[in-house]
Amino acid sequence: MNFVRQLLTITHLTLHEAMRRRILLATLVCGAGFLLVFGIGLHFIVKDMMRQNGTLLMQRIMLNTFTLAGLYAVNFLTVMSAVLLPIDTLSGDIASGVIQTVASKPIARSGIVLGKWLAYWLVTACYLLLMAGGVILLARLIGGFELPGVFLGLPLMLLEATVLVSLSIAGGTRFSTVTNGIVGFGLFGLAFIGNLVEQIGTVAGNNAARYVGTVTSLIMPSDSMWQLASSQMQPAIMRQMSFTPFSPFSVPSPAMVWWAMGYTLMLVVLAIRGLSKRGL
Amino acid sequence: MMPDSVIETHGLRKRFGDKLAVADLSLSVKRGEVFGFLGPNGAGKTTSLKMLLGLITPTAGRGTVLGKPLGDLASRAKLGFLPEHFRFQDWLTGRELLRFHGRLFGLSGAPLERRIEELLGRVDLLDAAHRFVGTYSKGMTQRVGLAQALLNHPAIVFLDEPTSGLDPIGRLLVRDVIHELREQGTAVFLNSHLLGEVEATCDRVVFVKQGRVLHEMRLGEAPSGLEVVLRTGPIDAETRTGLLRFGESLEDAAGVTRLRMASDAQLPELARWIVSRGVDLFAMSAARPSLEATFLAVMGEDQRPG
Repeated sequence: MNFVRQLLTITHLTLHEAMRRRILLATLVCGAGFLLVFGIGLHFIVKDMMRQNGTLLMQRIMLNTFTLAGLYAVNFLTVMSAVLLPIDTLSGDIASGVIQTVASKPIARSGIVLGKWLAYWLVTACYLLLMAGGVILLARLIGGFELPGVFLGLPLMLLEATVLVSLSIAGGTRFSTVTNGIVGFGLFGLAFIGNLVEQIGTVAGNNAARYVGTVTSLIMPSDSMWQLASSQMQPAIMRQMSFTPFSPFSVPSPAMVWWAMGYTLMLVVLAIRGLSKRGL
Repeated sequence: MMPDSVIETHGLRKRFGDKLAVADLSLSVKRGEVFGFLGPNGAGKTTSLKMLLGLITPTAGRGTVLGKPLGDLASRAKLGFLPEHFRFQDWLTGRELLRFHGRLFGLSGAPLERRIEELLGRVDLLDAAHRFVGTYSKGMTQRVGLAQALLNHPAIVFLDEPTSGLDPIGRLLVRDVIHELREQGTAVFLNSHLLGEVEATCDRVVFVKQGRVLHEMRLGEAPSGLEVVLRTGPIDAETRTGLLRFGESLEDAAGVTRLRMASDAQLPELARWIVSRGVDLFAMSAARPSLEATFLAVMGEDQRPG
């Protein structure tokens, strides 16, 4: 019980830091700006669609594509936030020596790691829900369009963000802030390009390229979660015809979800071990 | 009943790669004593202190703090620590900083708030408690750091170079707090190389070099003798031999003789005897050896810069 109370003290402090340093404010203002641009763009697209008087199916595909484009941008912003927000929370405290007075208190190192992890997971989850919720709500209000598969898609996007928050926290126990950023974005980039190679390999019927994509997804399962999420948030016809850039030719296996969850757990354990073994 | 020793270490060793920071640290600190841990820069003082606090795991050796193994969580609830450089969460106000650290000690509610106000008053920060720590001067940061180390009414307080770079008022405050802690029966582990501060506050000191205790001495006990310096005219061999009945000869250069004497009781007799021997006595001074002199003697002259 004492452990939980102290863990929550660290969470509270970390959230307080994010607010005091205006990190949350900056994130929310930029997010609001994004939603405004998305809403204005959607408004003009819907107006144009009404004027062209196309078929209902084409209108739905266009709205679905534009909403997925919005969610793709949200996914990218969430990935950035998931890596950047916690990037120096441990490495910065270790480098400055601030952590010494905290770690010498009667709190286990695991409490420090989990407290910070929980704080940044909450911030990232709220950001994702606000931004993705905003995009979905605007699509409904302006375009009268209801995105399918939201209740499967959003948890998958959240799982991707969770993997990256955990990666950033785990890196902070071993690397300096800059190195941690390079590793975080480097692995995300690796997964992104790996997935691209896999898609091209699928179209070209090149098994070696597909294999490269699968291996990179195992090394970093973040982009697979977006591929799975986007495939869930479109009707079967769009998915099968691969009409848009958001309809993957090769959809990752659902087993990747279990892999991403196990991967997250492994990162959190590595983070706890990293800080526990580290001399402060 | 608590054991008499609050800190015990046996052969503690810490190696960072090829570098041996602490070779073989064995020491004991008694309950309620102000213990000075002295050594030159790079002597392994901070590393030793961090091992005692559980911030660094020893490579070898064993130790206990408050009867528990090093790093034990429960015993840490009774420790206070002011780190070197006083780095804290500078985006918190002074009062928020103390509240956060108090919660980490498991304190909460009215008792914590009372303790915070009490300590803010003690370190003279009540007027600045609402300001961000980032706006504090070095002295104020040190004072709020000292307050956070005392929140839990600790049984041992570890102070790592608590006065380095501070003005005389800041040093005086640390000295006063250490005296109060001693009166309350709190042990203080003072890691410092400011020998004047140590001399003014510590009951006992150890001198460490490369993580080994080279020498231990108790301050405030019967002094280990007076160092007497005589400036005289030429002294014959018989007089020179006769001087040895007053004390041990430390130096016998032309015109200057240094003796270590047990006390100052024999000083008038020494002066009379020399004059009666027909030797011209130009000056005679007597002083207790300073901690600095002992430090240099123990550490060796290689500690002098240049």
